[in-house]
Parts: sequence; structure tokens; C-alpha cells
Amino acid sequence: MKARVTVTLKNGVLDPQGKAIEGALKSLGVEGIGGVRQGKVFDIELDTADKSQAEASLKAACEKLLANTVIENYRIEIA
Amino acid sequence: MKSAVIVFPGSNREGDVVRALRMAGSDIQKVWHAETELPKGTDLVVLPGGFSYGDYLRCGAIAGRATVMDAVRAHAARGGLVLGICNGFQILCESGLLPGILMRNANLRFICHRQFLKVERNDTPFTKAYAQGQAIDVCVAHGEGNYTADEETLKRLEGEGLVAFRYSDAHGHVTADANRNGSMNSIAGIYSEKLNVLGMMPHPENLVEDLVGGTDGRGLFESLVSFAKAA
Repeated sequence: MKARVTVTLKNGVLDPQGKAIEGALKSLGVEGIGGVRQGKVFDIELDTADKSQAEASLKAACEKLLANTVIENYRIEIA
Repeated sequence: MKSAVIVFPGSNREGDVVRALRMAGSDIQKVWHAETELPKGTDLVVLPGGFSYGDYLRCGAIAGRATVMDAVRAHAARGGLVLGICNGFQILCESGLLPGILMRNANLRFICHRQFLKVERNDTPFTKAYAQGQAIDVCVAHGEGNYTADEETLKRLEGEGLVAFRYSDAHGHVTADANRNGSMNSIAGIYSEKLNVLGMMPHPENLVEDLVGGTDGRGLFESLVSFAKAA
């Protein structure tokens, strides 16, 4: 089983990297960019075929390590 | 005093902090991150600067969950002293021993320069050798030192006097110019609730020798040693 975890900054947390990327896109002449927030994507292989077990493992992975919930949100998608 | 300096893969400032502690009169043991216990009789645990685990994922995130950190948490819970410098501060935040997080510097640049800090209070085990409000001349070297916390945490830190140091000018004035990484409230270091854990971005261990241009960092290590002797 495969899963994708997406970690993004919470609303209101300043993202200087996203701002810099936004500025770079504008300077490249890419039109229509309103704002950029940078995040992380983790593609994870799971040993189990049990979806609820996979969900529990992924939630533990996010809470314990992948996301710092002080500033980040996470989203789990199981393929 | 007995100090345990924890070494993670990618730590690189342990040599300097060992030297600073030895000059102040401490016994020192280096402890590898995979250990499950601290040496018997450890008074002070130091998490040195560097780039533990290559700053992968988030600075300090992986080191903050290393085996030895359970022993460090237990030491702190017993009231034992813990000092985290630079990457060590990031590790303390990631391990839950201190609140908040160190984000990328607001100007996106790695900063490396001499830096004055205002000593907020001198009644803690870390700062007795300084005067309250004194500006100490140390240095900073980091890319992720932008202290960030939610409003409630910030209010609590300020309300309970848990801010240890702020970025200041040479006279101890906390100015916007002195806050080069964009930290909230110019915070350079914070204490735990019981004042036994200190995390700070600047490097006091760099300024302990006249040869390198200053000795203002000595006071922190001397404070710790005299506190442990008195205890």
C-alpha cells in the first residue's frame, strides 16, 4: 500500500521561503501568481494491506516526526 | 560539577563547549546520542551546536527524538540543568523541552557575526555572573534562528519572565536593527518554566578567550559551575 503525506505551514505562520519563491516567479514574468506557500511531500510505502492500520501508522508518523504541529498541518492520502 | 555533552551525528561545536566548561572548572564527559542513560551524577547536560542529521526534515527534528533524549527529558524533569546552544536550542524545541520553534531567518540568509545580547535576568543558574540588563558580547552563526511561537506561548514566556536573552545593541537596548534573524520579541534564548533548561541561538562558548577578542561568554559557564557547587 502506498500513501502520500503532505505537510504545510499553518495559516498565519510566516513563510520567508515561499515569499522568496513568489518573488522569483514574479521576476521570471510568470503571470497570475497570487501567493506561494512552501511545504513538504512524503511518499510512503506501507507494509500492511489494512487501511485502518495504515492510517494509524501514518498519523503516528506525522504526530511524532513528520510535522511539527506548532507550525505545520498534515494531510494523509492513502492510494 | 559534572557535565555531559551530547554528541549527535553532525554536531560540530562540542569541542568549543567542552573547552569553555573545562575553563570554568567542570568535569566533562561526551555522550553519544544512542546512549540510553546519562553518566551517574550528571549536573548539566549540554546540547552543542552544529547540524545534527544534516538539518534534514527540520533543524533538530531527528536529534530531538534520539534515544538519549529520553534520558535528557528525565534529567530535566528531576530539575537537572540543560543547556542547548544553536542547534541544541532547535533540538530542545523539537523535543518538547522548550516551547516554540526556530524558523528560517527572516532575511533568508545565514548570519554569522558578533552579537550583543541583553541579559534579561541574573537570578538563574545560567546568569548569576552577569548583571541584569547587561549587554554581553558573543556571536551568532545560524540560518534558522527566527524564534516563533503562538501568541499564547509568547504571552506566557513574557509574563513568567522566561525570556533569557534578547538581541540588543552594545548598550543593551533591544532595537529592530539588532534583531537580524527576525525573532519574535527579539528573543535570543528562553528558559523552561522551572528555569533549569536554557535554549539560546548565540554562542557564548565562542567568546571565552582574549585571543579571539572577548570573554563575555565565560560568565554563563562560570555561573553554572558555581551554581552546581553551591547545590
